[in-house]
Amino acid sequence: MIRIANGQGFWGDWLEAPVRLVDGGPIDYLTLDYLAEVTMSILQKQRQADPQLGFARDFPPLIGRIAKKLQERRIKVVANAGGVNPVACARAVRKAAPGLKVAVVLGDDVLDRIDDFLGKGFEMRNIDTGEPLATIRDRILSANVYIGAFPLAEALATGADVVICGRCADAALVLAPMIHRFGWTPDDWDKLASGIVAGHIIECGAQCSGGNCQVDWQNMPDFANIGYPIVEAEPDGGFVVTKHPDTGGRIDSHGVKEQLLYEIGDPRQYITPDVVADFTSIQLEDTGPDRVRGFGVRGGARPPMLKASISYDAGWKASGTLVYSWPQAVEKARVADRITRQRLEQLGLHFDEIHSEYFGVNACHGPAARPVHDPPEVQVRISVRGSDKRAVDRFTREMIPLVLTGPPGGTGYGEGRPEVRQIVAYWPALIPRGEIRTRVEVVE
Amino acid sequence: MKMPLSRIAHTRSGDKGDIANIGVIAWLPSYYPILLREVTPARVKGYFGELVMGEVDRFELPNLHALNLLLHRGLGGGGTVSLRTDAQGKTLGAALLAMEIDVDDGELTD
Repeated sequence: MIRIANGQGFWGDWLEAPVRLVDGGPIDYLTLDYLAEVTMSILQKQRQADPQLGFARDFPPLIGRIAKKLQERRIKVVANAGGVNPVACARAVRKAAPGLKVAVVLGDDVLDRIDDFLGKGFEMRNIDTGEPLATIRDRILSANVYIGAFPLAEALATGADVVICGRCADAALVLAPMIHRFGWTPDDWDKLASGIVAGHIIECGAQCSGGNCQVDWQNMPDFANIGYPIVEAEPDGGFVVTKHPDTGGRIDSHGVKEQLLYEIGDPRQYITPDVVADFTSIQLEDTGPDRVRGFGVRGGARPPMLKASISYDAGWKASGTLVYSWPQAVEKARVADRITRQRLEQLGLHFDEIHSEYFGVNACHGPAARPVHDPPEVQVRISVRGSDKRAVDRFTREMIPLVLTGPPGGTGYGEGRPEVRQIVAYWPALIPRGEIRTRVEVVE
Repeated sequence: MKMPLSRIAHTRSGDKGDIANIGVIAWLPSYYPILLREVTPARVKGYFGELVMGEVDRFELPNLHALNLLLHRGLGGGGTVSLRTDAQGKTLGAALLAMEIDVDDGELTD
């Protein structure tokens, strides 16, 4: 049996979590998932500004902080902290922790191969909308293919203490140590699917151990010291999800079910680079306090195409807010919205969308929100987006004047004029597997 | 008897592009047939109104006594394009808890 813990569900997750996983009890592998869909484009911009950047900057200092313990306890780290510059990330880790052996997995970054792919006739149509990539070719900011767990396992086989990659399937970080230690092969479909399911359960960190969980949340033990999840994996594919003793949160089958269903599509076909897992085959069993066993998972052959995550410049947006107080708070806020839209129209400004929400009334649930009557205050939030940056910028001047030119009792403008932000949109597409060659390098 | 969905199930929601997904999990295995009958794609689409511009797909997970709902064009463009506060649909599962369902007394015996 090996213990694999996940200490980061996204870049910006709780900084203390990985340290506590190393300190709080036995683990063999520590995985860290840093990359959300749009993170790559931010990193790409950072790399353009400085060739030594473009990776998760929190990662090298973290490894420096826990390096001694990693060595003492023989814990290996697998992380997608490399972003669009895994080699620079590895060098920064070597600097922060000179005693550790670091390996990188390369080959996910296909930004400079886009024209080659298009030339070969791969249209890379948007999986969601069906549009061909050519429509946004000149606005692409980053392009990465989701790689699987086998190249990560190959990197572990070099004896590296720290394995760094860029874009990979999130659950592959967890599957890789199982492939490495148990010798699973690409046609061990059921075992690979089981590893992917275990990875899916823990890839969002504490979201499977009590965080963001509806199950009796009012009585959730010690949120402040919530325990991040650990998978105890067996060579036959069976696993237990648990956490260190004396930590907060809770692991039970109801909470694990919530996470299993999180951000999935067709449960019969959970597609990853290594295997297609059937989530309708998963069996769960509560086997003790904070222990859930998973078994019976079935899988099918890996897909012939790999998913690429492409980001592109999609214009500009801004959001402004104002607060109106009782009496007639909702009515005042709605009038403020009408005035703003009328003024924008009189200025001849055009936007792709203007969207208004009322906090305390309908901001989260829209038309499904439960009705409220005569609230003490309401915040109106007006947002615009469009390709004309000057129009969006002009909008940001239209909110604060309402305080003196609109309904009575407007306040809450203390943070000043809203910020104009670039929209970096996400374009999922498919590329034939044969086009992608990964390689492992040990960074001295 | 009319009651909110929260009486028999809990939920978690998230995003994939402009698709919101809501996992709906029966509190007890015996409640799963009620989910199948009451939480239909048409009712879910009607419940969310103009929040969901596309179709609603429903997948069954009898092994977990759960449903997975996909709300197409349900996030105002999705990801970074959406102008909504809840651009990732994190709260849509909670919203669904208030949907009214029709359950016979006998169906709630454990």
